This record gives sequence, structure tokens and C-alpha cells, in this order.
Amino acid sequence: MSDAPLKLLIVDDEAPARRRLRELLDDCSSALPLVVIGEAASGREALGLLGSTPADLVLSDIHMPDMDGIELARHLLKLSVPPVLIFTTAYHEHAIDAFEVHAVDYLVKPVRVQRLLTALQKVPRLKPLSGAKLDKLPAAARRFLSVTERSRVVLVPIEEVIYLKAELKYITIRTAEREYLLEESLTKLEEEFGQRFVRVHRNCLVAREAIRGFERHVSAEGDAHWEVLLRGVAEALPVSRRQQFIVREIGREDAS
Amino acid sequence: MRAIVNQKSLPPRLPELRNLGTVLRILVAVNALALLAVLAREQHLAAVPSAWVETAALLEPHLLLNVLLLYMLAPWLERLPYRLGVMCILALTAIVTFSLSVAFSKLGLDPFAADPLRHAAFALLAAGALLFYFHLRAKALSPAISEARLQALQARIRPHFLFNSINAVLSLMRREPRRAETALEDLADLFRVLMRDNRQLAPLADEVELCRQYLDLEKLRLGERLVVEWHTENMPRDALVPPLVLQPLLENAVYHGIEPSSAPGVIAINIFLRRGEVHAILRNPYQFDGNHHAGNKMAMDNIRERLALHFDAEASLESKLNRENYEVHIRMPYRPAVEAQQEHV
Repeated sequence: MSDAPLKLLIVDDEAPARRRLRELLDDCSSALPLVVIGEAASGREALGLLGSTPADLVLSDIHMPDMDGIELARHLLKLSVPPVLIFTTAYHEHAIDAFEVHAVDYLVKPVRVQRLLTALQKVPRLKPLSGAKLDKLPAAARRFLSVTERSRVVLVPIEEVIYLKAELKYITIRTAEREYLLEESLTKLEEEFGQRFVRVHRNCLVAREAIRGFERHVSAEGDAHWEVLLRGVAEALPVSRRQQFIVREIGREDAS
Repeated sequence: MRAIVNQKSLPPRLPELRNLGTVLRILVAVNALALLAVLAREQHLAAVPSAWVETAALLEPHLLLNVLLLYMLAPWLERLPYRLGVMCILALTAIVTFSLSVAFSKLGLDPFAADPLRHAAFALLAAGALLFYFHLRAKALSPAISEARLQALQARIRPHFLFNSINAVLSLMRREPRRAETALEDLADLFRVLMRDNRQLAPLADEVELCRQYLDLEKLRLGERLVVEWHTENMPRDALVPPLVLQPLLENAVYHGIEPSSAPGVIAINIFLRRGEVHAILRNPYQFDGNHHAGNKMAMDNIRERLALHFDAEASLESKLNRENYEVHIRMPYRPAVEAQQEHV
């Protein structure tokens, strides 16, 4: 690491900000060997780039369309060797207070070359942000779920998710096209996405928008239970006895 | 700071006699006074409503004639020194009311056959009370007008914009120094307006120029993501408007409508004159983004407040959400710059 040049990725939605950072990195390169592997205009683009070209350090803006910096930090953890991430921000957004409290590294734009160089020299000693630390930062709900497939990070837009079902160690993400396996907690997902999903069963969250209706089934023994019918997939999911109230609740919303 | 503001505090002025708000206040107040008089006169509460209606029937022609005359004479009256203006209005109301009452009793239209002098006295008292009220109201509001300047500053320019713009200018320094120069000049102009005394109305053309400079700076940062459409062919360039009445709204449009999306978005600005009113309609794409709206509301409240201070009931600001667009509509009375300057002299 000490001999190889530092590999960097610049992430910012504003082209001038990326260009400025590149110029400053040029200025630093005489003091510290480094190479910019690319530029991305959003967190999503950055993940695409990192899939093919690994980096040691990601310099990322916080406020970006499509995927903001904090969400990017979460998805970076799914990479086999997550890079170090340093945030850049033009103004003390509310996130900064939390950065201070939890010792998250950031640079304030306009960035001074000296500050940048100091930060770069620190990189070999820094670790990627841990998931526990990221949980403490104020963040909006993610726009994507991410899963690792053949050492690449695959993003699943949250609006494409039809249901999330916990099975043993994993959660199955179901979209209209296919299934993915996710290693997260169903309870945490329920907290994060709140109103988007409704719990139909102890192990299952269904996207409200995907609910087509409910159907009552009576088994041979005379036990009755409800099943939720979904848009986009043929299968129906059982509604547990405890969650039966949602049948009426959602049925009423549809009627109104 | 306080001393500076005080030095500039404005001399007392007559109420704007052509303002809808003023006219409404006069009509309501005089009728309320009549009710008070009837209440004092009648022994039984049950008789009050019919007595009030009778009085009103007699009162209304006097009141309307007076208001109409004041409306017609407004430009002349408002140019007089305050004290002289007050005297003129008092004399006018008393004389007009007296003459009309005499005419009414000659024609046998006055059921009470009251002494015209009594009517004139009532008119004089009502006019005096109203002038006193308008004076107090202006006094109560004038600190608000001086504070409007500070408020304008608070509602304005997000620090986020300032630092991102400076960063964008820095990015131009090495490769495109000339563009960097223009951008810094725009930034200087923008802050000159933000920091000056913004209590007085300013020509619409200046505000529009400011908005163009502001949007040029945003374009520097956002590139092709920001598309601006101006429709100002029928804009009255000389209309006087509160400074910074549009720029904060454009800033909101960029912040809420353009920045949250990586796809290009259009901000459309349509300014025109229709039936003596200046309309400004701003439209931007709406991005669903639950948590940003506090800042938006603050800017809107601020502008609404300043519109009310300057134009009372004759101006309005409305916003609505269409399917994909967010639209703000401002309506202001058309006051050309030249005439207004004469009023001040």
C-alpha cells in the first residue's frame, strides 16, 4: 500500500466541483503518489465504477440526486474490500453535527489543498465506515437495497420490491423479475421504510402498492385464513392470524 | 444599526386611498360606528337592527360619495404634506356630507329630517378617528417595513448556494478565467442587492435582471440539468415591486425542483400585465422529497408578508401542486415607477 499510488474516486453531482477536486488532487500528487480512477455524478454511478475498478478512497459529496453520499457509504460495505470514504460538503448540513460526534471524516468545500493532503496522508490508517457507525448518522430511507453477487454490488430500487421475506439467515427480496438474497434484519428494514411496507406475517413485509387484494381460504379441516394477492407475481402470501386486521384496514383504504 | 434604521424612518403619510384594503377598512369602520351610534340612541335592543338598517340607508350614500371623491382626489391628496392632507380630507368630508344632507332634506329624502350639521359632525368625527387609526397602523407597521429588509436577508440565499457557487468559480479559475470573472461579477451583484436597503419598491426589470444573474450562477453549477424558460414579452418593466420578490422563489425552485434529480428539469417564468395587475407565475418540476419543505414555507411566508406590507389586500401569493409541477402565482397591483417617484417628492 505504501508504494502503490493511492487509487481515488471522485463523486459529486456538480461537474465544476469534480473538476476542482481533480485540480487539487493534481496539486497533491507531487507530495503523495495517487491516481484518480474516475468520476461519478451520483452514488449509483460510483458503485457501478467500483464494480470494475477498485479504489482505496472515495471522496463523496453528501447531497446528490439518485443516491446521496450516506446511502453510498452503506452500499460500499457490500464490496469485498470496501474503500475508505471521506465526505465533502459545501455547507454544514445537519449531517455534519453527527459526523463530528461519531468521528466521521469530511472535508468542507471549497477544499483547501493543505487540508486535502492531510486527509489523503491519513487514508492508510483509516478504516471504512462501519455499519454500526452509519446507523447513527441521520439519514433518509435508502432508495436501493444492495446485495453482493459474484463480488459485485447489485442495486435493487426500493420501488421495485414486491415483498421481503425472512428465511433462516437471509431475507428474500422479490421483484417482478426475480429474487435476491439480502443479509439484513427484517425489523430494521421495517423501521427504515415505514409506510412503504406492511407486515402480513412475522417473517414477511409486503409493499403496500403491490397489494392487489385479499382472498379467504378454508382448509379441509375447516381452518380459515387470508392470503394477500400481489401485482406482478402470481404467488399469494399467507396473512398470519395476528396480522389479520390489515385485511380490513387496507380493504377500507382501497374502498375510500 | 438601530440608529441607521431610525434616521431613515419615513415621515407620516396619508393612507393609500386607492388601495382596496384601505377602502374596505373605511367602509367597515364607518358602518360599525353607525351601529355604535344606534346602540347608544335606542332604548330597546330589539329595535336596534331595524334602526341600524334605516340609518345605513341614509349613511351609505354619504359614505360612498366620500370614498369615491377621496379615490378620485387620491393622487393629489397624497402629494400634499401630511398635515395639509389631513386638513383637506377632514374639510372635504364635512363639506360633502353637509351639502348632501341639505340636498336630501330639500328633496324630502331624509326620514329623520335631521340637522345637516349633525351629519357633518358625525362625518368629521368618523374621518378623524379613521385618519388617527391609519396613522397608528402605519406607525405600527413601519418597524415591520424596516425589518422587512432584514427578513428579506434571512429568507434569501442558502449558504449551501453561496459555498457551492464559490467552489464552482474556483473550478473555472485555471482554465476559463474569463468565465470566472463573469461569475464573480454576478455573485457581487447578487449580494449587493441582498445587502442594500430593501424597504422601498424597485422596478420589476431590476428584479428580473437579478434573477437572470442568479440563474446563470446556478447554471454554472448544475450545467444542463437546469433549463430556464423566460416569458417576459408582456412584462411591465417599470412596475414597482418589493425587492427580492422572485429570486427566493427561484432559489426554492432550483433547490426542490432541479437539484434532487439527475435528469434535466425546466423552470418556467411567466411575467405579464393584465387588467392593471402584474402577474408572475413560476413553475418547476416537483420532486417528491418529504423532508425539505420547512425552508420553502419560510421563504413563501416572508414574501407573502412583504407583499401585504406594501400592497395590503391588493397582492397575493398562491402556490399549487399540479401533477408533476409546482406552481407559484404572484399577483400585484401595477404601479409604474415614474408616477410613484412623483408621489415621494
